[in-house]
Amino acid sequence: MQTVQINLNGRDVVVNEDLSILEAAKANGIRIPSLCNHTDQDVKANCRVCVVEVEGVRNLVASCSTKVAEGMKIRTDSPRVRSAVRTVVELILADHPQECLTCIRNGTCELQELSQRLGISNVRGRKRHDKLPIDDSTNVLVRDPNKCIKCGRCVEACNNIQQVGILFTHYRSTDVQITPEYGKSLSEVACVLCGQCVLACPVGAIYEKDNTAEVWDVIGDPKKHVVVQVAPAVRVSIAEEFGMPPGSISTLKMFSALRMLGFDRVFDTNFSADLTIMEEGNELLHRIQNGGVLPMITSCSPGWIKYIEHYYPEMLPHVSSCKSPQQMFGAVAKTYYAEKSGVPAEDICVVSIMPCTAKKYEAARPEMNDSGFQDVDIVLTTREFGRMIKQAGIEFDDLPDSEPDSPLGKSTGAAALFGATGGVMEAALRTVYEVVTGETLEKMEFEDVRGFEGIKSASVNLAGQNVNVAVSHGLSNAKQMMEMIKSGEGDYTFIEVMCCPGGCIGGGGQPYGTTTDIRKKRIESIYEVDRNMPIRKSHENPEIKEIYEYFLIAPLGEKSHKLLHTKYTDRKNLTAK
Amino acid sequence: MNKLSKENYIFDIEPDKYIDLEGYRAMGGFSALKKALENEPSVSIEEIKKSGLRGRGGAAFPTGIKLEMVRKNEETKRYIVCNADEGEPGTFKDRFIMRHLPYQLIEGIAIAAYMVGASKGYIYVRHEYPEVQLKLRESLEALKNAGLLGNNIMGTGFSLDLHIFSGAGSYLCGEETALLSSIEGRKGRPRVKPPYPTQSGLWGKPTLINNVETLANIPRIIEKGADWYASLGTENSSGTKLISLSGDVNNRGIAEVPFGITFAEIIEQFGGGPLPRRSVKAVNIGGASGVLVPPEMLDTPLDYNKCAEVGITIGSGAIFVLDDTRSIIKNVQNRVKFFLHESCGKCTPCREGLRQIDGIVEDFLEEKAAKSDIESLERYAVTMQQASFCGLGQAAGNSLVSSLVHYRKEYEEACVNDTDDVEKKA
Amino acid sequence: MGITNIYNIIEPKDMNKNALLQILLSVQDADPRNYVSEENINQIAQMLNVSRSRVYTTASFYSEISLKPRGFHLIRVCSNAPCENDGKAEILKTIEKTLGITIGETTKDEFFTLESVNCLGACYMSPAIKIDDQVYGNLTPKETIGILKNIMEADKHE
Repeated sequence: MQTVQINLNGRDVVVNEDLSILEAAKANGIRIPSLCNHTDQDVKANCRVCVVEVEGVRNLVASCSTKVAEGMKIRTDSPRVRSAVRTVVELILADHPQECLTCIRNGTCELQELSQRLGISNVRGRKRHDKLPIDDSTNVLVRDPNKCIKCGRCVEACNNIQQVGILFTHYRSTDVQITPEYGKSLSEVACVLCGQCVLACPVGAIYEKDNTAEVWDVIGDPKKHVVVQVAPAVRVSIAEEFGMPPGSISTLKMFSALRMLGFDRVFDTNFSADLTIMEEGNELLHRIQNGGVLPMITSCSPGWIKYIEHYYPEMLPHVSSCKSPQQMFGAVAKTYYAEKSGVPAEDICVVSIMPCTAKKYEAARPEMNDSGFQDVDIVLTTREFGRMIKQAGIEFDDLPDSEPDSPLGKSTGAAALFGATGGVMEAALRTVYEVVTGETLEKMEFEDVRGFEGIKSASVNLAGQNVNVAVSHGLSNAKQMMEMIKSGEGDYTFIEVMCCPGGCIGGGGQPYGTTTDIRKKRIESIYEVDRNMPIRKSHENPEIKEIYEYFLIAPLGEKSHKLLHTKYTDRKNLTAK
Repeated sequence: MNKLSKENYIFDIEPDKYIDLEGYRAMGGFSALKKALENEPSVSIEEIKKSGLRGRGGAAFPTGIKLEMVRKNEETKRYIVCNADEGEPGTFKDRFIMRHLPYQLIEGIAIAAYMVGASKGYIYVRHEYPEVQLKLRESLEALKNAGLLGNNIMGTGFSLDLHIFSGAGSYLCGEETALLSSIEGRKGRPRVKPPYPTQSGLWGKPTLINNVETLANIPRIIEKGADWYASLGTENSSGTKLISLSGDVNNRGIAEVPFGITFAEIIEQFGGGPLPRRSVKAVNIGGASGVLVPPEMLDTPLDYNKCAEVGITIGSGAIFVLDDTRSIIKNVQNRVKFFLHESCGKCTPCREGLRQIDGIVEDFLEEKAAKSDIESLERYAVTMQQASFCGLGQAAGNSLVSSLVHYRKEYEEACVNDTDDVEKKA
Repeated sequence: MGITNIYNIIEPKDMNKNALLQILLSVQDADPRNYVSEENINQIAQMLNVSRSRVYTTASFYSEISLKPRGFHLIRVCSNAPCENDGKAEILKTIEKTLGITIGETTKDEFFTLESVNCLGACYMSPAIKIDDQVYGNLTPKETIGILKNIMEADKHE
């Protein structure tokens, strides 16, 4: 690594020559304000909030897009810089609705923070009067173009990271708008509702449809028996909503919080993740033994499912017919649990807490009603869950530990892995290995399918037979994977695909500020949760054994087929509901 | 020294005169290409460097150095692009070259391509010039048939595959990186520099991109030598410049002038001065992105360094004269509206700054402005100059800022009162 | 209505992402209404294997590409300063009055569309307008009416 000496506000410092001025300043204790800059994205240099003065250069330069150089003299604090930055921020604010108090990003908005940091007390300049229509056409995302500051972060997320290509900056000059083509609503285009744009947005221009009020309503309704499930990824991220460091594990505090919020039963999606492994593992074996369509591809990620329905419908026979853990949970909650607890299914309300925005879409799919009712009633993201805890005045840090309820609460380390890329694969392999070989798996970690690489592959010896598997996360990698399969490349038997980078821990419903580094910390915590579980294989979960013994009878059995498996829709025709 | 003798013209441009391939060859056309091809590329590059030729599109970057930068790049797949997206308002010199002397331009492109080692190139012509596109397409065809373009030119083994690429109505595509994005099928938005096109241009390959006038100068330099060329201008601005003259003068049109001539001389000698009983109030030099110059500064010579010293940007060489009947603010508004239409909307200062400025200028014209609005105009214009992403935004405030310096009184007189009245429009 | 088969105007080998701008211009030129229809945007996206939004973002950026149907003749009034100083407003008013349309509109008979253009590069003959591919300069309102009438007459005979 080569270094250079620069002068930063009169101070000589030595920095890595590859750094931008912005990064070099940060490494030396100076946080240059910025908006369009995002650590996981290409440099855009759109917002011009990060301009600084470089000696010998006539104009100010954007510190995000300018690399340091030997002898460079930089000022981040000169009157010229201060005046320009202030004016730029005022220009943005003049075009921005001043509705901070009632905005969903109140307190988490990067523009608000910037305005506060710069001490802006008066926005000079004329406001814009025309109000653009808000897109709330889906039950998942809301797009408010009035709040958009045209930083392009969502465009980058949609087109570079996910390569779905729904959001682009259309038109030019003051007409610039970030929308689907022809200003269409998200329900009219092939958006998969992954919510990565939401994570990227610095302001409140695109956000999840908030369902917390509905949850408060059902909790307060004495006729309703409200049960809640929490996804594996939420336990390693919810603490961030309360200022705890990324990757903090708060599984047992989380269950206490749910009880205090007033849910009648606190269950765990990890239970149904184990159930998924039982069904999906057996489906895989069934396909292998009966000449079924291979490779089989996982089906837990609703963003991924919507993606393949829109963009690769011809590949749908590869997708496992298993419902996702969220939907399996809903289906057994309103049948098995109803039966066991004596609560009529029509009185049960299933709420789920997910790291995901697309789960809201999945729960509302018309086919997801095999229990005779809508299987999952309301889906909240991790962020909405955080909001409820705050609204209830619960001090999250001080919460005691508590365990989830029976009979849908027990889970294994394998289930926890579902939160991270490669996790479903690893969990499935643990069970499939033992079912096929009849031997006990000694080393449970499949290192080859771990890590942050976009596409990972491994070869597993199952009773003398080598089985090739592959894992991808983020839709750009999923796309590459589909093209590989279509071209006959890679002789895979089983493939895990997750819609979001890093898997569910990087989902579109996770706390704001999610970056690759934070994703990696959450993944480490997922592995820690797995390591600390007394049981680490799905088929050894006692509640799973129980549900098969008394209710489902056998994986892929008649009841399983009815409740736990589903069919997909060709959505090449975009408007297909 | 200010009248250029006929034999020293770089461009044989007369209204309605078109020089076809036969005519151009009769004038000695393509002897420069032949000469260049007989030598190593470095020989011609040295000649261009020695000539002192600088980019005629606006930025005035030394052409020889640019040629060398592309030539020396390790990547051997290289491109040449001729920027014929003449969008700078008030500029029509490239149109004249392409309409009257297309073969001189193409010869220049071929020589430049040989110098940098490019075998594929594009002439990016604005969509508003359909007749020029047609003429160039015909010219390319004629040259291919004559063995002067395409494969194995003049039997030397050098090949150049040259295409016409039509713009689609975006002033910003005159900016080199925006132009490259446009050829690549994207929006004409500028890219982050560095890397410069010489390092990473079209499809990431080293690319020579030059203006029409610059490239069309090359054959004459190769033919008649760098010393001759340098002798035409001044020490740091050699050769001649095509001036697009418009506005309140007796004669409008294209003039080829040697560097060193003063703006006053151009207006007198070529423009025939202001109309009877009128006087010059302001001269807009360099097009919409240029500045407004008061009469007392018109003795400044046409010279890159001398102009820079007094804040004049020669730019594309457009000279637009306003006489004493014209409103400065009205003309500034025309510029503001122009940039408001052409801004790509990428960066905040340009997009939002222009929106604010547009509103304030309108207030001045509708007699609704306050004294404090002058300061606001200054603040927004300076922020645009200082903090915009690309040259468009940085230059968009030039005419406004210069008008606030030289014609401030006109703004002050247009103010209705001197209260600090910023809230009224909120 | 757009073009039903884009391959009639663009060779398959030229159908690639890099040529998007030229494809859009060719499609527009071939369209009787001189624009790029939504149907065409969708077809191009499918052919290039890119999203519709990706095609639209390029199309919507350029002012010479129209996303609305236009008339048979396209009138562009130059709005650059030399033209503005030399009576553009009058010329524009004359056209508006003669045809009964304003900037951005098309006549009911779909004969004319009126647009504004930033600079035609014809400042030496300001005020100037461009009708289809022909530039007319040093205009007076009277001459403008004459030009429009001539075009209308010529079209009648076709």
